[in-house]
Amino acid sequence: MNTPLRKVGITMLVMVTLLLANATYLQVVRADDYRSDGRNARVLLDEYSRERGKIVSEEAGQVLAGVEPTDDTLQFRRTYSNGPLYAPVTGYYSVLYGAGGLERAQDEFLNGSDPRLFVRRLSDMITGRDPRGGNVRLTVKPSVQEAAYQAMVANGYTGAVVALDPKTGDILGMVSTPSYDPNKLASHDAEKQQKAWEAFNNDPANPMLNRAVRETYPPGSTFKIVTTAAALENGATADTEVTTASNVTLPGTSTTLENFAGNTCPGNTLADALAYSCNTAYAEIAGQLGKEKLEETAANFGIGLSDLQIPMNVVPSGLGELESQAALYQSGIGQRDVRLTPLQDALLSATVANGGVAMKPQLVKALLAPDLSTIEEFSPEELTGEPALSAENAAVLRDMMIASEANTSGGGKDSSLKIASKTGTAEHGSDPKATPPHAWYTAFAPYDDPKVAIAVIVESGGNRGLAATGGTVAAEIGRATIAAALGAG
Amino acid sequence: MAQPAAMSGAADAYTTNPPRELPTRRGTELGLLAFAAVIVTSAFMLVQANQERELSFSLIWYGLAYLAIFAVAHLAVRRWAPYADPLILPCVALLNGLGLVMIYRIDLAREQKALALSEEITSNAPRQVLFTVLALALFLGVLLIVSDHRTLTRYAYTFGLIGIAALALPALLPSSLSEVNGAKVWLKLPGFSIQPGEFAKILLMIFFASFLVAKRDLFMTAGKRVMNVELPRARDLGPIIIAAVVCLGILVFEKDLGTALLFFGIVLMMLYVATERVIWVVVGLSMFLVGALIAYQLFTHVQQRVANWIDPLATYNDAGGGYQIAQGLFGLGTGGVFGTGLGSGRPETVPEASTDFISAALGEELGFVGLGAILMIYLLLAMRGMRSALAVRDTFGKLLGGGLSFTIIMQVFVIVGGVTKLIPMTGITTPFLSAGGSSLLANYVLIALLLRISDAARRPQQPARPRPQSQAPLAEAHTVMVQRPPAQGQPGAVGEGGRQQ
Repeated sequence: MNTPLRKVGITMLVMVTLLLANATYLQVVRADDYRSDGRNARVLLDEYSRERGKIVSEEAGQVLAGVEPTDDTLQFRRTYSNGPLYAPVTGYYSVLYGAGGLERAQDEFLNGSDPRLFVRRLSDMITGRDPRGGNVRLTVKPSVQEAAYQAMVANGYTGAVVALDPKTGDILGMVSTPSYDPNKLASHDAEKQQKAWEAFNNDPANPMLNRAVRETYPPGSTFKIVTTAAALENGATADTEVTTASNVTLPGTSTTLENFAGNTCPGNTLADALAYSCNTAYAEIAGQLGKEKLEETAANFGIGLSDLQIPMNVVPSGLGELESQAALYQSGIGQRDVRLTPLQDALLSATVANGGVAMKPQLVKALLAPDLSTIEEFSPEELTGEPALSAENAAVLRDMMIASEANTSGGGKDSSLKIASKTGTAEHGSDPKATPPHAWYTAFAPYDDPKVAIAVIVESGGNRGLAATGGTVAAEIGRATIAAALGAG
Repeated sequence: MAQPAAMSGAADAYTTNPPRELPTRRGTELGLLAFAAVIVTSAFMLVQANQERELSFSLIWYGLAYLAIFAVAHLAVRRWAPYADPLILPCVALLNGLGLVMIYRIDLAREQKALALSEEITSNAPRQVLFTVLALALFLGVLLIVSDHRTLTRYAYTFGLIGIAALALPALLPSSLSEVNGAKVWLKLPGFSIQPGEFAKILLMIFFASFLVAKRDLFMTAGKRVMNVELPRARDLGPIIIAAVVCLGILVFEKDLGTALLFFGIVLMMLYVATERVIWVVVGLSMFLVGALIAYQLFTHVQQRVANWIDPLATYNDAGGGYQIAQGLFGLGTGGVFGTGLGSGRPETVPEASTDFISAALGEELGFVGLGAILMIYLLLAMRGMRSALAVRDTFGKLLGGGLSFTIIMQVFVIVGGVTKLIPMTGITTPFLSAGGSSLLANYVLIALLLRISDAARRPQQPARPRPQSQAPLAEAHTVMVQRPPAQGQPGAVGEGGRQQ
């Protein structure tokens, strides 16, 4: 009987070998497929239970997004101090819905899986400490952010404010209203999370849309900065004569294009045209420049960049097709198919302020290890590599914008701020005359040593309805933001 | 470590002329048990460190309980089976200990989850300790009562009947008394439930072994020769075929495919060993294939199992689909080669993690290396059992010992193979690891019998007794004067020894 027993012994050996071979296949060969399967909750749970890095502001390292230990399985909950105020900057982080905004753009670094944190992870493993995520320090200044947000919310405006440091591209403030509270999405109560998500998404005001970088609007007269720059670059001067007509007929059509309120322009120079925002003059200037020259200058301002990341993706701004002379006329005053993000609009002023060179806007100043030592610091970069206009022309345009500011009404005027600006009142909608226009204001200050450049958009006239203009609605907010930026140093 | 022992054993065979007493190796067993205790304690501390970040008092209680249980088991073996194989008990101690650690670890995770959802759960670990204590009692009982495994043959038919009855009971009882989670294999008693099938497994194995040994010669000689193969007569094979068919019928009726597969494997193996004919394995496997095909056609739950086996990810969202297997695979994949570390994985994500899927939980936290090591412990355990079966001198002991050893591997193959998608998933327990009382009790009985057989195998041969004279054919026997026993007419020791043979 021993022979068959021995054979059974061999059979047992074979059976265990089969199990081992199969386990090898599963745990060595196929391991990654199973590990990374979307339905494998483990990876996600691990990531969520790791102590996520903080998002802190530039000034005094105020914590915008922190973590709080919990006693549930996920161990840590994301917390947002002043959630709605900073939501466009921080984004959200939700167990059910993933991450959005900066939380998504910097997810690998914040959750600690970024290769740059590898050495720290190793030392954490050796010291037995749980791996933690890296921290992200932003360029945002709380004083600027708060002033802009308060000004928008106090008036109940829908829109966005962007404040840049024109010399570095640092984003000092980025506000989008109405906003939402990302704390509600960070809740570990699945039901609360779901409720908040649905409420935000079903809200017709669309609070989760980051209007500053994810939405484009017709820029209206603020676009005249681009048209002026193109004209100056192509031989015009501040004293170049322009038409003062109250209206022009668009070439090849019977449609007329009018100045604001049908006025004739008070002056006949290019400087006057910008100072009084003469539509007819700019329509003709654009028409004379032609498609290529206008496009070239616009591109040097950054318009049309499709892969701009701050590090969130910025939707591209653009001029449209410019398929006819009529289109060119309309586009010259920032109407027709011209569409800019508020960030791009801020870049118009910032570029002029920086002597004609657009700096790449950036929201992240530095990446910090869990122990707050700096891992990577970002230095300013040029946005396009080509100046939009020469330093001399930039100075000319600056002076024109100072004159424009002098002509702009609205609240918050303070001569000590030394603002150079341009307003815009952009028609939109299928029946532009009956739809309240978007009110724009883009500016920089102080004009002799620019420290801040801003853009403000208030959607659909704010509280003034059809009577709204950039000056009456948006300027006040822009000035308040500038005051906060300069006041804070 | 085994090397010098084997060499000294071989040397003994040549150098000692008169049968000398073999070393009992109980000291080796104690040392290995201590080794197992160190591993299990370390595992416990890892779990505590990773889960709670501090060492709690429960560690001491579990540790002491574990040490006490195996100290008692060791002393019992020392007393009642001194020559038993020294590796068997340490293997069991290690497996049982690792099982306890993993059950405790999954409890911790379940408690956390229950806390978050403010639900109540019953912890499995204290129950498992309790069952281990009960199993130890049963283990001691079997070692004590069965002082010689050959006495079991006397009750073979009784065991066979009890086994079939125990197997049939859940099928006959109403579901309210026999069904838990859709498996109708339970006997619900007030206070606790048992799976009689687990015990039936051992009882039936004793019956098969005894029956096959008794009829062994008949199988090989008394039947017709068909194509060079001696077929046994139907009446000789009848009882075993009936018993096997009844068992399988019951198990199919109870939807307990895993146990059916296990039984089939064991019967086939014992038949092969007893008859020494491969044809039985071929016939058996062909029958199994036909049966499996028929079952596939007839039963939707069989079709479902097969579909889940072929691609658990495809049936992931179906009711009764591949969700559980897929989660187990995700766990194994996440564990990878070295595992996430004890207490650092998420084995509780898999339904039934502490019972059917405990091997997935171990594979997740200990990785392929840990799972491989556990499989090797099983192999070691079964191989030591098989070695005892080879060495034991009686055929019943050989057949039973082989069957018991094979049962261990067969159980592991069916459940671990199911969890790792080698074969379709069928729910049975992983011996010594899974949470579950019946399985633990039954497997400790199995180990007690295996120790008993290995004790018999390694026990030095009794000095040759005077041959009983009655051995001579009756016709040629001389008339022998036998002295009448002094009192009460009890039969003498000589006659008793002869009958046992």
